[in-house]
Amino acid sequence: MKRYIKLIGVTAFVGLMLYVTEACNNTAATYQGGKLPQTVSYNFDIRPILSDKCFACHGPDENKREGGLRLDTEEAAYAALKENPNAFPVVPGKPEASHVFLRITTADSSLLMPPPASHLKLSPYEIQLIEKWIRQGARYEKHWAFIPPVKTEVPEVKDQDWPQNEIDYFILQKMEDNNLSPNKEADKERLLKRLSLDLLGLPPTIEMMDEFLADDSPDAYEKMVDRLLQLPAYGEKMALHWLDLARYADSHGYQDDGYRTQWPWRDWVIHAFNTNMPYDTFVTWQLAGDLLPEPTKEHLLATGFNRNHKITEEGGVIPEEYRFMYVADRTDLLGKGLLGITMECAQCHDHKYDPFSQKEYYQLYAFFNNIKEVGIESVIGGPETYAKKPLMEISNEDVQSILRFINKPDTNNLIVSIMGEPDTVRKTHVLIRGNYETFGEEVAPGTPASILPFDSSKYTPNRLGLAGWLFDKSNPLTSRVYTNILWQEFFGRGIVKTAGDFGMQGELPSHPALLDWLAADFMEHDWDIKRFVKQMVMTATYRQSAIVTKEKLATDPENIYLARGPRYRIHAEFIRDVVLASSGLLNTSIGGPSVKPYQPEGLWEGATSGRGLLSIYVQDHGEKLYRRGMYTLIKRTVPPPTMGIFDASNRDICEVTRLKTNTPLQALVMMNDPTVLEAARVLAASLLKEDSDQEEKIAKAFRRIVARKPTAKEVTILKDYYTSQLLSIDEQSAAKMLEVGEYPIDSSIEKKKLAAFMRVVATIYNMEETITKT
Amino acid sequence: MEKDMLEHGFSWNRRRFLSALSLGVGSVALGSLLMPDLFKNGSMADDDLVPGIPHFAPKAKRVIYLFQNGAPSQQELFDYKPKLREMRGIEIPDSVRGNQRLTGMTAHQASFPLVGSFVDFKQYGQSRAWVSDLMPYTAKIVDDLCFIKSMYTEAINHDPALTFLQTGAQVGNRPSMGAWLSYGLGNENKNLPNFTVLLSRGVGNGQGVYSKLWSNGFLDSVHQGVQFSKGEDPVLYLRDPEGMSRKERREMLDKLAELNHLSYQEMGDPEIAAKVQQYEMAYRMQTAVPDVMDLSKEPDDIVKLYGPDCLVPGTYAANCLLARKLSENGVRFVQLYHQGWDQHGNLPYEIEQQAKDTDQASAALVTDLKQRGLLDETLVIWGGEFGRTSYTQGRLTADNYGRDHHPRCFTIWMAGGGIKPGVVYGETDEFGYNIASNPVHVHDFQATVLHQLGLDHEKLIYKHLGRRYRLTDVSGTVVKDIIA
Repeated sequence: MKRYIKLIGVTAFVGLMLYVTEACNNTAATYQGGKLPQTVSYNFDIRPILSDKCFACHGPDENKREGGLRLDTEEAAYAALKENPNAFPVVPGKPEASHVFLRITTADSSLLMPPPASHLKLSPYEIQLIEKWIRQGARYEKHWAFIPPVKTEVPEVKDQDWPQNEIDYFILQKMEDNNLSPNKEADKERLLKRLSLDLLGLPPTIEMMDEFLADDSPDAYEKMVDRLLQLPAYGEKMALHWLDLARYADSHGYQDDGYRTQWPWRDWVIHAFNTNMPYDTFVTWQLAGDLLPEPTKEHLLATGFNRNHKITEEGGVIPEEYRFMYVADRTDLLGKGLLGITMECAQCHDHKYDPFSQKEYYQLYAFFNNIKEVGIESVIGGPETYAKKPLMEISNEDVQSILRFINKPDTNNLIVSIMGEPDTVRKTHVLIRGNYETFGEEVAPGTPASILPFDSSKYTPNRLGLAGWLFDKSNPLTSRVYTNILWQEFFGRGIVKTAGDFGMQGELPSHPALLDWLAADFMEHDWDIKRFVKQMVMTATYRQSAIVTKEKLATDPENIYLARGPRYRIHAEFIRDVVLASSGLLNTSIGGPSVKPYQPEGLWEGATSGRGLLSIYVQDHGEKLYRRGMYTLIKRTVPPPTMGIFDASNRDICEVTRLKTNTPLQALVMMNDPTVLEAARVLAASLLKEDSDQEEKIAKAFRRIVARKPTAKEVTILKDYYTSQLLSIDEQSAAKMLEVGEYPIDSSIEKKKLAAFMRVVATIYNMEETITKT
Repeated sequence: MEKDMLEHGFSWNRRRFLSALSLGVGSVALGSLLMPDLFKNGSMADDDLVPGIPHFAPKAKRVIYLFQNGAPSQQELFDYKPKLREMRGIEIPDSVRGNQRLTGMTAHQASFPLVGSFVDFKQYGQSRAWVSDLMPYTAKIVDDLCFIKSMYTEAINHDPALTFLQTGAQVGNRPSMGAWLSYGLGNENKNLPNFTVLLSRGVGNGQGVYSKLWSNGFLDSVHQGVQFSKGEDPVLYLRDPEGMSRKERREMLDKLAELNHLSYQEMGDPEIAAKVQQYEMAYRMQTAVPDVMDLSKEPDDIVKLYGPDCLVPGTYAANCLLARKLSENGVRFVQLYHQGWDQHGNLPYEIEQQAKDTDQASAALVTDLKQRGLLDETLVIWGGEFGRTSYTQGRLTADNYGRDHHPRCFTIWMAGGGIKPGVVYGETDEFGYNIASNPVHVHDFQATVLHQLGLDHEKLIYKHLGRRYRLTDVSGTVVKDIIA
């Protein structure tokens, strides 16, 4: 009865329900809408079906295998059935003789596969695919991501006018295959906002908007791209994803969670992006700067990358247990962050899905095992504990010479944890069941053979050699993984959606040929990051309007085929930046020690052991209240609350993809966070002092915050709101309302007027579009 | 027009909107009128499931899960093993231990001497269930409880084990049980989050809780668990700024909804509609949360029942009382986590403190629900993420020992929600190391919970990017024997 009533309630939206239902049946394998591919690919067409519907009982897991049959390897699938030596699961070229095919098509439900009790069912399309695959020879393939990328020809498309560069051909071809056509180019205001958020993490200024709107030249957009790429805020924007990947934070993590001064490393990352350091150099320095011939202090600082992990300060722990965890953390980061593989699965046993043995895990681990470090160096204490050995000191002379990019505000001693090796090499063993004290066979540094064997004639068996191996042109993963991460930053979704897992359990790429083309092109152009970024934002794909029609929402709700521009809520840090920048409060200085802006009381105090600099939240004042979001101090056990609410990483481990949730808590932040309210007050005050009428003031606030001119309707709504608030607010409430934040209140403005307009501005801050790349 | 579908939705809403205005409903939640909530559930999952509607008549409507984080030792609480006392100090036989993998914490131990409970056990109630002297209040309500002594899991470390119990998988960003239920059953109360999380911490060795434990995974974020904390702002940023009345907040939200509506008309992005919903929810939470969090009006008999700690925000007792109030107000899934049960060492002292902090309030919650006639429709669950070893970790001294993680057996209890009361289900061997009868896997347990809420665990499916996901992953059997 209940069900019936609900269904009536939604009758008006049956159409929508239908297309939503249909949308979720579109798996990677069935998306083609019934059109069988000319050549059926094991990797893209067949393995997803087998993996999804067969491997659970007929896959690599011996313990779960039914009837002794496995279908995940060629040998087993071609071999005679255990139960019946005359029958074969798969006979290449002959579906009618293949028992797999017979069992998935039989009318006898007691024989039918998958068994009806499993609630799994093959669609007619899937059955046809399997049939065609067997007929074409039932060829198994190596996992796609382990084959080096090859730059294929740019595909043919019908609409020759649309593409701006090579990327667009790949995108358009997929669109055309799926009967989709691209959106028009976004209007200039929205395009500029998107670009500015993507390249700077900041909204465009009014001057930039005016200039761009006035520039009718055909290369107006490109000129803007080039200009933004040169601004120092570009380095800050680009650094953010790397800080997530490198699990950068300002505390040691674990129990007492004491303060650390790793921020000079963060300043270096910003500097590296701003100077457009090639990706191979960027990573090589971070992995092995200390092993370079005659390393400079900058090289050493870069290796802080591998010391950003959590380090215990808890007395009484077993040092070796923690040292093991640090080494494992670096190994896992290399896997997930740089190679896009879930290496950690092989810590205790051979990988369940991917062809990595436990031994290979420890061979990779061996690269990071030879560090002059201990599991616990000191318990929580003073400035001498802010970095752990090996460490470097940064003097004021350094900051005036080689490390000029470091924003060192005082003359205090400054130390940073970095990498460094002892004189004698520490032996590495396979650790049985991942246990740091049960040694198995001794292993030498090495890499998973299925990715690319470690050629010791070419590379020395240390981190520097590992960096060489990573950037070997035949390494199939490094370039794919990083271009995919950047793609995800700009388009909201990776070409491989699981940016940290390119293995068997990861998602298949939506545009495999494009990914390979990009990966190969990125390598060919010497890992030039700015070039790649420009290549992406110059595409017609990127420049499309984000308007979504019901048809597109139906066929492609996730915008996999990019037949519309990316539209996403921006990262937590950039929300703060938009608020501060548009209000005029933003402090644009770069780098330096992290800061402590407004935060609800008691959060640190409620979760502390009472020891150390970070046991009590001592809020900063003045200019430090208005730094960009990326400079907010991250105490790992109690990360900044507004950041977490908007899905920022807690920097516990390497993270390459942030969620994009939409929750009531986010609404509460935008409504009531003093940062937003103070910005609203300050912007309102500055506009009220301008010589303009109320509509102009509203329009200007709107432009600064939303980065476009408001429509007449929007102005009317906001003006009505202003008028009503001006009437309803009394002197006392107005005064209270204004008392938010530490920025001085402009006493020359009438309080009621200011409070009323502050509400208007706060409302604009709360618009969905404000914090959305649109 | 290209957006005629959306327009269709809106014209319907616009009519309602206009009629609402014509009726002069000034303070009506405009946002909820402007934006349909049909996007809420994301994609439809399966032919068998219309989200928000059970598969069959449910026994329970709501769940309160008292998660004892860190894994309480069954040997000192509910699983009575006199043999372990007799064999104190004697090596656990290899035949018993088998090939059980060990955590990094005991794998290096040269010897594994058995150790019995330092505390005595007695039998209680009609069910004659054994309960240790550490749990006097729970002992009094054993006839309301169903003990499962034969729970087992696959993980041996906290993070994966917690994640497994909560999401059905040890790794990966899957939806938590509360998110699944929110998705499967919808909302009873539009003013409170459907899935709420309350944290407390005992003095024992603690293991962290992580927000991924109450993640919505790939389900829509409306199903995400919302953490309620102690203090003036139980939910961060809940309070409006000084000088802003509720009426004024309403006006602001109405204007905001109008602006967002314009944007929705232009862009067609369902996220905009979802955003408006989140603001409406936030607005309702601003009233509903302080109301429900206010424990000052609780009568003396309730305070007495839960114990004086229940008036101290952030304690387990206060959270149990809050859990009852939230549940009573229709919150589908209230998840408590109480930290401090990880007794690798110093077990006798720590577990006694942990028990003191939790025993009375856990029992009180069951009693309170029962006296309100709510126990029948509320499923209460008490338990940790795995058990603890029968042998000691670290040194065994006259009055001290520890126990390491043990996945092969542990004890939980359930009450209400159509579960048989006064039952002890499953047995472990005399060493308390292996299961002797009626094993219950984590997925069996999850299947049973879903079943009590009217959901078939094999049909509560969400297809995400080509793969079907279930809370119970690919296994699980409903434990029919414990269903009333």
